[in-house]
Amino acid sequence: MSQRFKDIDYIGVFLWVFRAIIIVLVIYGTVSKLFLGVGNEYTIETWIDFFVSGLSQGSLYALIALGYTMVYGILFMINFAHGEFFMSGAMTSTVLVATFLSASGFLDAQPLVSMLLITAVSIITSISVALLTERIAYRPLRRAPRLVPLITAIGASFFWQYFFRGLFGSALIPFPVPESLQGRWTIFGLEFLRTRVVVMGTTVIALVFLYLFIQRTKTGKAIRAVAEDKDVAALMGINVDRTISITFAIGAAMAGIAGVLWGLVFRQVHFYMGFVPGIKAFTAAVFGGIGSIPGAALGGLLLGVIEAVGPPLFLEGLGIVGAHQLKDVIAFTMLVLVLIFRPQGLIGEKLAEKKA
Amino acid sequence: MAQSTNFSKAVRYGLIAGVVALSVSAIGMVETFDVRDIITGVLTLGQLLLFSTALIGGYFSWKKGEGVTPVGALLRGLVAGLLTAVPLVFLIILTVLWPDIRDSFVNVTPALINILTFDQGTVTGSLILLVVMGVLGVIGAAFDLLSERIQKPLLYGLLWMLGIGLLSEILLLILRPYSPRALLALLFGDKGITPATAVVIFVLAVAINAWWTARGKEAAERRRIARPPSTAKQLRRLNIGLLIAFILILPFIMGTYLTEVADVVGTFVLMGLGLNIVVGFAGLLDLGYVAFFAIGAYVMGLLTTQGDLGIGGISFWAALPFSVIAATLAGIILGVPVLRMRGDYLAIVTLGFGEIIRVLVVSDLLKPYIGGAQGILQIGKPQILDFVFVQPEHFYYLILAGCLLAAFVSWRFRDARLGRRWMALREDEDVAEAMGIRLVSTKLMAFATGAAFSGLAGAIFASRLSSIFPHSFNLLISINVLSLIIVGGLGSLPGVVVGALVLVGLPELLREFAEYRLLLYGALLIVTMLLRPEGLWPSPVRRRELHESQMEHISEDETEEVHSLA
Amino acid sequence: MKRATLLLVLSLLLALFLVACGGGEASEPAASEANEASETSETAVEAPSTDSNTSDAVSCDDPIGCVEVAPGDPIMLASALVISGPNTELGLDSQYGVEIAIDLHGDIMGHPVELQPEDDGCSAEGGQTSAQKIVSNPQIVAMIGTSCSGAGVPAAKIISDAGYVMVSPSNTSPALTDPELHEPGYLRTAHNDKIQGAAMADFAYNELGIRKAAAIHDGDPYTEGLATVFSDSFKELGGEIVAFEAEAADATNVEPLLTSVAAAGPEFLYFPVFIPLGSLITNTAADIDGLDGVILAGADGIQSPSFLENTVGTSEGMYASGPDLSFSNAFYTDTFLPAYMEKAGTEPTAPFHAHAFDATNMVLMAIEQVAKEGSDGTLLIGRQALRDALYATSGMEGITGTITCDENGDCADPKISVSQVQDGEFVRIWP
Repeated sequence: MSQRFKDIDYIGVFLWVFRAIIIVLVIYGTVSKLFLGVGNEYTIETWIDFFVSGLSQGSLYALIALGYTMVYGILFMINFAHGEFFMSGAMTSTVLVATFLSASGFLDAQPLVSMLLITAVSIITSISVALLTERIAYRPLRRAPRLVPLITAIGASFFWQYFFRGLFGSALIPFPVPESLQGRWTIFGLEFLRTRVVVMGTTVIALVFLYLFIQRTKTGKAIRAVAEDKDVAALMGINVDRTISITFAIGAAMAGIAGVLWGLVFRQVHFYMGFVPGIKAFTAAVFGGIGSIPGAALGGLLLGVIEAVGPPLFLEGLGIVGAHQLKDVIAFTMLVLVLIFRPQGLIGEKLAEKKA
Repeated sequence: MAQSTNFSKAVRYGLIAGVVALSVSAIGMVETFDVRDIITGVLTLGQLLLFSTALIGGYFSWKKGEGVTPVGALLRGLVAGLLTAVPLVFLIILTVLWPDIRDSFVNVTPALINILTFDQGTVTGSLILLVVMGVLGVIGAAFDLLSERIQKPLLYGLLWMLGIGLLSEILLLILRPYSPRALLALLFGDKGITPATAVVIFVLAVAINAWWTARGKEAAERRRIARPPSTAKQLRRLNIGLLIAFILILPFIMGTYLTEVADVVGTFVLMGLGLNIVVGFAGLLDLGYVAFFAIGAYVMGLLTTQGDLGIGGISFWAALPFSVIAATLAGIILGVPVLRMRGDYLAIVTLGFGEIIRVLVVSDLLKPYIGGAQGILQIGKPQILDFVFVQPEHFYYLILAGCLLAAFVSWRFRDARLGRRWMALREDEDVAEAMGIRLVSTKLMAFATGAAFSGLAGAIFASRLSSIFPHSFNLLISINVLSLIIVGGLGSLPGVVVGALVLVGLPELLREFAEYRLLLYGALLIVTMLLRPEGLWPSPVRRRELHESQMEHISEDETEEVHSLA
Repeated sequence: MKRATLLLVLSLLLALFLVACGGGEASEPAASEANEASETSETAVEAPSTDSNTSDAVSCDDPIGCVEVAPGDPIMLASALVISGPNTELGLDSQYGVEIAIDLHGDIMGHPVELQPEDDGCSAEGGQTSAQKIVSNPQIVAMIGTSCSGAGVPAAKIISDAGYVMVSPSNTSPALTDPELHEPGYLRTAHNDKIQGAAMADFAYNELGIRKAAAIHDGDPYTEGLATVFSDSFKELGGEIVAFEAEAADATNVEPLLTSVAAAGPEFLYFPVFIPLGSLITNTAADIDGLDGVILAGADGIQSPSFLENTVGTSEGMYASGPDLSFSNAFYTDTFLPAYMEKAGTEPTAPFHAHAFDATNMVLMAIEQVAKEGSDGTLLIGRQALRDALYATSGMEGITGTITCDENGDCADPKISVSQVQDGEFVRIWP
């Protein structure tokens, strides 16, 4: 790696020092937390709680990150508006379906049917918003310089945010959780919150489904072909525009599912809810290696876990006050660390360097 | 024969217009904007918004050269107009059937329905709405029947009239100090222009445009060609001189508020010039640019505040170099780890740096040193002898000086060897390195210069507000700066100014639409980029690149190769 | 075509500046002289009135100037509240309060009252710009705002320097009414953090007998200030703060945070945050084993129906500090709330509409006191007189309690009460 930079060894030294400092800090924090008992004392159960909470948050990041990574894989653009696809599904299904189902008592009587109905509406909304955005703001700019669609994506993000705020108001809207999903289940002698189990289960199912779809179906092959080379794919008789639209739709569907799960876990939806998860999911996608579907899943889960476990483990061990406030610092520092070691992300392909 | 296919166009655009009309109504824009007059007593902004959907739908309902007869064209306009109204009528009926609609759609209010039905009740109102939209559709369709010589002046006249009506509040702000009240009352209504003013503006604009197309343009062209080169040069100098003089006296004309807006715009221009070096010249996508802005502001704050947090308590001028140096150092330090990253990886890592700085600034960890959530108050103002900078007008000149400095440095760098290296880097890193360009110093130089300008902007920002809070340094600033340099035209210095005017100045002026400001901002970003992907004022190099790819219809990869060879 | 449209837009922009320039240059000194001349001649023609209350339009003897409202013209108020961005529901809610106050109050001496809403963006620069815009309009009498303390600091300076006056419904930072930092044109109907935080500590320590407490804030000056004051007061009383934590305002997964806090073993958890994070914490706390039996408490930032709606079941039994008598008086439930629902289409999304309503009424009443009517119906409002009248507000019955202003601009009722959520309602239980 220092071939490219052979004239500047001091940069390499700097990077090594940087890595060493962070690793030493992490190890020191962990050791002092676990063995020297700095700060609060946590039991094994507490650590498991941290971990599970992180996993369920990470599952949501992973679902959203899929949309980023698929669109990136095919168009090499950061779809900044993806967080809003997620928000639109969650908002619409909550206001127009969940609230009514809950008020009529149907939600508690038929939780499974209700949740499927809510999810369906969420997915449909997310897909509609995504396709509309793609058609209007991205498709005409296929041949434009790479930063131009980035700007329209930012514009679309603002637009949808305030569009849905106008539609459903700026108030926080409660998401009704069916009674049968409240409380805990005992699995392997450990108690888990039911909503968390549902979130993780759904995510796994969605991921497997998606993986099979991409690998086994004709459309999946078309997507991979277009991701490889649009022009050659077109020569092979693949309708590139349609394939890109399908990619957007799949990503948005995952975001729509994530929207409902988000409602289940946090029990509230809001017009601004797409922004921060969007950024986080984007981070997760890069973390795992942007363009790679397993990478997005892995990145999302890791990010969720680091955010949950990092502050109590490293930071409290270092005696830092207000540790949880700094979880983003940990998350992004880890990202930098990973990218210094592996510029293509955890399991990203090397091709990223060529095309990125 | 092709009658049915032709009508399908009318139906399609009618429905699109209808959905747009329904959307703007349902999200509350029509109602909110209805309190705002464009022409007092005649047209409100809400009505304009609503009616323009049918007009535009009608306009697009047919196309010249499809062999449509004039009557057929009007008929298509009618169809489009009626279809525009249909979703609205559905909405009106829906509110009757579902009285609790507001529980779900908060902005579908009785007031909105009253606007849509012209206060005439559901049935009559719906019919009136259908008729009005139908007629508007016909007018829209008829517009395209006119010859271009009539079309253009009419369009200009309308846009001028509506534009001045829309900005009447700002105009009032400027004119108020100078003009007698009676005159203003004649020109401006309660919240718009009076019908008489509207007519005058319309007629004037039409006349001027008609004259210009008929005579003036040609004459001007002839004069321009006839002019000897030396005079042309003199004229250009004169123009530049006039422009500078105009910029210098601007605060006196604009009044305090607009100068304040100019200050905000100027701050963004300063940041934009800096980011332009990083992204526009060197091609390094930086989404965490706000970090350096924050560092500049906090260094200034800590060094000059009279509060408890203060260290040193020195003057603005003494602290300024420290701010800039701190930001520059931060730029270098943050630049090193990302040296080897490219494109979007760089984007996310820099975004991360921005977030890290923001979180650290607000954190309890650093609260004892930099104030945490409570920020820093009582930051010192610049002072020359006994003269203290307080008013926006004073800061205007300070910011202007900063911008000029930044523009000068950018301009010199761009044309110097360093600028060439940056551009080589932007086109292709590998080739650049093969050509013997030292990547490290070249990249770090870009980061450092960009960060220095951002730090300068931050320092001035802190002093201008005399208080800073962590909330001011969020990701949206980075996004905003990036947007404005791309909308202005990446790599172009005047583009930065134009971009800032459009993306920062315009939304500031439209503060009264606060609730929908960011929606309009988003729409503006999309529309501008669709219409002009190269930016509003592109640099010559970039314009050439874009045209190249447009003309040759070559594949993306090949285009990239062409870029790198160019 | 595309190019033409773009050119049009650009030329429109340019034209704005040109018009501005032309108008300015043409009439700069001459017009203003003419203006003065015409005014003096007008007054010369009119016969001076003998009635003391209906003096003439010219008799402005106020040291910092007057607002002159011509016959039939509206009296202009401005608001600068956060009506964009993630804190929208906070500011929009206050703005509805202001609008309702104006609607209910009706005309003042035959002049309608009109509101010019601005956006403070919940940031220092937003406060600065909106204040600057407000003071550039000489017709504006007073400003209601800002929403956020961060915006209030620069706004207070500009408003005061220009001779205007502002009343904030939701700034709570102690710095704003600190005797050393206080600006003369700044008043507020929101509670100073110092009072509210201390009251909660007092309640927890003395009334509930708590000895170990934890506090969480979200990095906003409001919540950080309250949490800090609470901790300091609680420690002073002899209690122990076992955890002082922070979370981002837009945080989503607060479970790790609460798990950490639970491990510290508090008996009482104070989180003076706004509704989004507040209801998130309340809902999540119910799922955390270690927080069983821990008493939850918030501040006035969550005292709103929207919070209750979002935390059905989970908020039962928790406490919130806030203005006295706030949500149980008859006027509020019978008159104000219906008007609010009519205007907003939802239940209140934040608590400060009540403070905004009171602030606006305070201003309107003060205007009524100091406005002098000329014989032709011209209204003259002295700016210093208005300030004096506002500072002299005393014993005004508002929906947030009895409003009395002190010399530093703190007008909120000093009596802080603590409410408990009982059967899904805030019920006042202390003092």
